[in-house]
Amino acid sequence: MKIAVLSGKGGTGKTLVSVNLAAAAKDSMYVDCDVEEPNGHLFFKPEEVKSRQVAVEIPLVDGDKCTGCRVCVDFCNYNALAWIGGELKIFDEICHSCGGCIVLCPEKALKGKEKVVGQVQRGKSEGVTVFTGMLNPGVASGVPIIKELLKETGGKEQIFIDCPPGSACIVMETVAAADYCILVAEPTLFGVHNLSMVWELVKHMGKPCGVVLNKCLEEENPAEKFCAEKGIEIIGSIPFDSELGLLNSNALIAVRENAKYEKLFRDLLLRVTREVRP
Amino acid sequence: MKIAIPVDEKSMESTVCQSFGRTPYYLFYDTEGGTSEFRDNSASASQGGAGIRAAQLIVDEKTDALLTPRCGENAAQVLRGAGVKIYKTINNSVRDNIEAFKEGKLNELKKIHPGFHNHRG
Repeated sequence: MKIAVLSGKGGTGKTLVSVNLAAAAKDSMYVDCDVEEPNGHLFFKPEEVKSRQVAVEIPLVDGDKCTGCRVCVDFCNYNALAWIGGELKIFDEICHSCGGCIVLCPEKALKGKEKVVGQVQRGKSEGVTVFTGMLNPGVASGVPIIKELLKETGGKEQIFIDCPPGSACIVMETVAAADYCILVAEPTLFGVHNLSMVWELVKHMGKPCGVVLNKCLEEENPAEKFCAEKGIEIIGSIPFDSELGLLNSNALIAVRENAKYEKLFRDLLLRVTREVRP
Repeated sequence: MKIAIPVDEKSMESTVCQSFGRTPYYLFYDTEGGTSEFRDNSASASQGGAGIRAAQLIVDEKTDALLTPRCGENAAQVLRGAGVKIYKTINNSVRDNIEAFKEGKLNELKKIHPGFHNHRG
């Protein structure tokens, strides 16, 4: 089963939940798709790490063949090409490497060249295979790295995908690969606003989901209220406690340090497993 | 000389738009004939690279100079590549800036920002 851990906004606890679920499952795989700022590896500290570069294809122009017809300039949705002073100018960092310009060029003046956009790393931490995507700074889209990561998410029964925050293209890519989605929510109005967006996305993509309430206090929880209103299943809650906060900020995996948290995440894992395979 | 200014409305009384790439309209003004023409900015709703597309529009109009409060790096590359001079506007008034330009009182825009690229926050 592939479990995607999502949240509308950053800092709600996606990494806390996915790292600890993967650790609680013991024989599992943790996939860090938050490629702009992957931090699951800081907790797992994987060994025997092997990395591989990920490249995309961007256009390169042959100035002798280009006639300035501008088919490519007009086609590009991201405006990565411009025709200036009798020359085609390509903005590499704007290009999303769809390859459309290369296909459409009537003069065959464009061909692909490789551009390295980041890397994927694979290592081990006890029984957990830790798979991390890392996007190079300044690169427009992490989608190619996520595609590369998801291609190799086989071989384990239990796979936990730590998703990027938000609900944009990059998140859709990870949701598409999942059997079940865990939405991590924090008890703030801003958190609920973004939870609502990611829930809409998951619903639209037809994926079953449940909410984990994080940073729970005694007082009224707007996220809980939202779930009750929309009929969304709450599959677990994590208290707002300083002991857990301290472990987490020291990059320790709570499940491996403290029996109380091991039980909390094992119970959550059982619940998720039941949701996926009733 | 043909100059371009990003404007909020299709009127000589309009204010200068604070964004070059995503302005709704451009005013093209001919300093010799005193004629003006307003054009929609087809780049304003672009997913990305609005500055590049907008600059392409300015270049295609055979503009000699652009008067703008700000300009991003990519747009500046396109404009400079085509020899379009970029001047910094002095205030929000279209008329004031045209007059200042005619009198040679506008300075070239030196500060080119690295672009917002959807990270406006």
